[in-house]
Formats: sequence, C-alpha cells, structure tokens
Amino acid sequence: MAERVGFFTDTSICIGCKACEVACKEWNDVPDDGFVFRATSYDNTGGLGASTWRHVAFIEQRVPAPGNGGPGGPSGAGELPADSVGPGVETGADGERPGAVVGEPVDRWLMASDVCKHCTHAACLDVCPTGALFRTEFHTVVVQADVCNGCGYCVPACPYGVIGRREDDGRAFKCTMCYDRLRGGLEPACAKACPTDSIQFGPLDELLERAERRVTDLHGQGRTEARLYGADPNDGVGGDGAFFLLMDDPEVYGLPPDPVVTTRDLPAMWGWAAGAALSMAGVMAAAFLRRRR
Amino acid sequence: MVPEAEFRSYYGQPVIKAPVWHVPHMPLYLYLGGLSGGASLMSAAARLAGHDRLGLTARVTAAAGATLGAGFLVAELGRPERFLNMLRIFKPTSPMSVGSWILAAHSGLSALATASAVMSAAPASAVAARLPRRVAAALPAAGDAAAVATALTGPLMATYTAVLVADTAVPAWHEAHRELPFLFAGSALASAGAMGMLATPRAQAGPARVAAAAGAAVELAAGAVIERRLGLVGEPYREGRSGRLMRAARALTAGGGLLATVAGRSRALTALSGLALTAGALCTRFGVLEAGRASAADPKYTVVPQRQRLESGDRASTAAPARSWP
Repeated sequence: MAERVGFFTDTSICIGCKACEVACKEWNDVPDDGFVFRATSYDNTGGLGASTWRHVAFIEQRVPAPGNGGPGGPSGAGELPADSVGPGVETGADGERPGAVVGEPVDRWLMASDVCKHCTHAACLDVCPTGALFRTEFHTVVVQADVCNGCGYCVPACPYGVIGRREDDGRAFKCTMCYDRLRGGLEPACAKACPTDSIQFGPLDELLERAERRVTDLHGQGRTEARLYGADPNDGVGGDGAFFLLMDDPEVYGLPPDPVVTTRDLPAMWGWAAGAALSMAGVMAAAFLRRRR
Repeated sequence: MVPEAEFRSYYGQPVIKAPVWHVPHMPLYLYLGGLSGGASLMSAAARLAGHDRLGLTARVTAAAGATLGAGFLVAELGRPERFLNMLRIFKPTSPMSVGSWILAAHSGLSALATASAVMSAAPASAVAARLPRRVAAALPAAGDAAAVATALTGPLMATYTAVLVADTAVPAWHEAHRELPFLFAGSALASAGAMGMLATPRAQAGPARVAAAAGAAVELAAGAVIERRLGLVGEPYREGRSGRLMRAARALTAGGGLLATVAGRSRALTALSGLALTAGALCTRFGVLEAGRASAADPKYTVVPQRQRLESGDRASTAAPARSWP
C-alpha cells in the first residue's frame, strides 16, 4: 500500500470558478448530467452524482455585521436570513470590511467544491455485493466499471449522497480521485486546475496538519466560524480521505452534520433479523402443532 | 405529535440519494421473497407433520415465489446480463451479497422439493416416465430433505431483505432496523398462509389459516412499533403516499387476519381473507419502499437527528468499527 493521499478543500479561498468541475469532466470523460436551470443560485449543477464528481456550491447570506450579533438560528440557505450565523461571525481582526457599518447586515458569499469523501469506513464499499467497489493502494475508493452490475445498493448506502447510477448505462459511478493520474504520479485533475489552491492534494497526514494551521490562522483573524469537516478519525465514518474547511454548518453546504457508516450497525441488524427468523419458525411450528392436538 | 422541525439545508435539496430501485420490481421481489420463505417453512412443517396436500401447495408456492422473485431481481439490475457477478464473491458486510447466496440456495432447494412433490403427485406423467430409474427412486427422499432444509433458508429469505434496506443511509429504513425484520417476517407468514388457504382444500388448510392470522398479528404489531418509536424519522410511514400505502396495508392485513380465523367455514370467506392478506402484504412492501424514498428526499430526516446528536454531545463514532470491508 502506498501512503494514504487525499483532498483538503479549503472553502474559505474558493472563488466558485468551477474549474474543478470542468477539469474533472475533461480528464475523466464524464458525460453531461443534464442542463437544468435551478433558479436558486449560481449553481446549476445541483449536487454530486453519477456524472458529477466535483460540485461547486454557492450560498449567498446576509449576516450580522460586527456588533450586531444575533443568536444563530435555523433557516434555509439562499433566503438571505439576517440571523443565519452566530454572534461575532463577521468580526474581522481589524474590523476591515469595506462598506460595513456596525449594526447593519452585510453580505457574504460562500462557495465550496464538494467531492467524494473516500471514507475510511466506506458504506458504498461495504455494501457492494460484487466487489466492483474496492480500496486502492492509495486508500481511495473506486468502482470497477467492468465488474459493476448496476444493483444500485451503493446509492442509498452513501451517507453523503455522492455515488449515483447512470440510468442509460446501468452502472454506478463516482469520483476515483483520478486513480489513473495517481498511478502515473500526477495529482488529480481538479486539484491541478484549482487556481486558488482551494483544492489541495497530498499525503493525508500532511494535509491534516496544514488544515489545522489554517484554522488556527483564520481564528486568529477573527474568523471563528472556520471549522474542519471530515478530519476527525473518530467520527461516524472513521474520517474522510477528502475533508473540508467550512465557514458555516455542514448542512448549509448540503453536507450531513454527523454522518455514520450504516454498516456500523450491521451486526445488530442481523441480530434482530435472526430473532425475527426464529420467531417465524416458532409461529409456523405452533400453527401445525395446534392442528394435531 | 412531533413538533415542526427547524433545520438548515442547501436550498432544501436532499443530503442523501434516494434508492434507485424501481417500482414494481423491488417491492414485488420483497413480497415474493417473503412469500417463498414463508411457504417453504410451511412445506417443511407440513412434511414433518404429515400434511401432504398443504405441503404440495407450499412447495409449489415456495418455488414459484423464489423463481419469479429472482426474475424481478435480475430485471432490476442496471446490467442484468451481469447478474452472476453477485456470486463472484461472498461478502459478509453486504446484505445483498449474503442475500444472493441465500436466494441461490433457497431457490435451488425449493425447486428440488417441488420437482419431487409434483412427480409423486403425477407419477404417470411423461416427464416422470422419462427420468432415469435411479433419479426417480432418489427424488422423493431428496425432495423431502430439500423441503426440510428450506426450514433454514426460508426464514432467512423472508428477513434478510429487512437487513438489506436497513443497511443504508435512508433514515426511515436504518432507524427501523429492529422492527423491519419482524414486519417482513409477519408479512411473509401472512402471505404464505394466504396462498396456502387459497390453493388447498379447506379441510386440509387449517395450519395455513393459523399461520396467516398469526403472521398478520406480527405484521400489525411491528408496524405499530415503527410508527411510535421512530418519531420524526418515522413520519414517512404515517404521511403522504407512503403513509396511505401503510394505512391500506394495515386495514387489509387486519381484515384478512381476522377473516382467516373464521375462513374455514366457507369458500367465500377463504377467498376474501386470502386476497386481503395478499394485498396487505403487497401494500406493506410498496409502502416501505415509498417511505424510504420520501425519507431520502427531504433533508430534514437526515439533518435534524444528526444535528440533535451533535447538540446533545452524542456525536457518532466508529472508533471500533463493527464491520468493514475488506
């Protein structure tokens, strides 16, 4: 096994150029995923799927300016809620924000490039009945297109809603972290194309250290809302091979706040099924005993 | 009632992907697998208890259910010509892999049991006459052994599908992983009992009526627990299209189960009860699939429970994963 590699996507410096989406499509020859005008934001891609392996989310928010902190509350993204983030969110270290007046709400624009998380404990891989999904020498998770029989089980198993089935093709597809490029010693196409280094590729341990430093720096600048997502090896999926620095709650970006690999509970499920199977046999036996007197 | 959930999302889009399994393939497979599993268990019990006529019905039902079900399963695949890839490995972390092996064993055994029963019911048929003598001599014993062996594969066949759907990120399925096996087991008993009643002379169908009524009771109890225990996550079982299907299933199963207790009195009551139970079992399977779709489509079912976990300091963990592949 080679060293575990991964992505660190620092959304605080994403400029929403979608170069990652395009580079991914070009390198991997991913077909179009429909041309849908979604009328919600600059995002007409929608989300990850069989034919979308990088997806850039756009969230426009109106948040309290310094000194106008209200309680963080629930709201839908895109409604420009005045209270969508907690107190002090916009408090810059030096209070610099062009045009911002204390007490007045200010705009902020979140962008984030989403991708398959290449989980340490990957549900798609666990539930695949054919062995089409496998873990590579780089500890990434890849579908073998010549083995997949399109059973579709991986699709609802993924806690992030990443993998999809192409209905015209019949098979499941998702990000391979450019397995072919990795084998050739190149970085994945999205990371290569990212003009701001929002998408960083490298050995996972190095990326995690770099990410911790970046969060510390941002907190030092007063951006206390910066937090890592998917970086904790003790979380419900054992940590992600592709993790993120987010500027708001994960669900605002369409990410699950506390994902779990469903197979964690598999032994319990089989236990309950065994109980039900035994009860079934008992009921049937009783049905015949009764008749015999 | 559950209070209206407050949560944030990305333009109300789903967080997880809905199951891509098709209607009617998937729910029909769930029904037929349950029917076959329950019927094979009935055939084994009938063999041991000496109920030959009911045993014949049960064996034919078990084989037909498994064969038809497997057909729907293959048709459901995105690449049906690759269905044998299911058997290229055995993978304990995948309920679908485990289930494929269960189905392979179960359909083989129930086909053998049926072949033997049909041959002995029609010993003068052209096929029976053409069999080599040794095969013809061994067939009855082999068929009986196969029927008894399906007492093991049958209940697994009826309940593994509950693990199959529960082992996903779909909240309405995953969180119901305790009750779904009982819901499916009860429904399988009711389905098999119903078919036994419908296709066996009334005087010999007594155990089928008991199994049908008891199965209906188990199915109703499991359904009631799902609705009460799951709270917000169980909403799709109560509301919308899936809620209507589940309510129809409950009414049909309750009615059919009650009728089964008196169905020995007349052909009309038998037919009514058997058809109601069959329709109820079908509605249950369609309802469960629909509930899964609704549960995946609305981000609140994914976000709210996870957010509550975080806020109560009960963050999910797999520090010691119970199961992982490889």
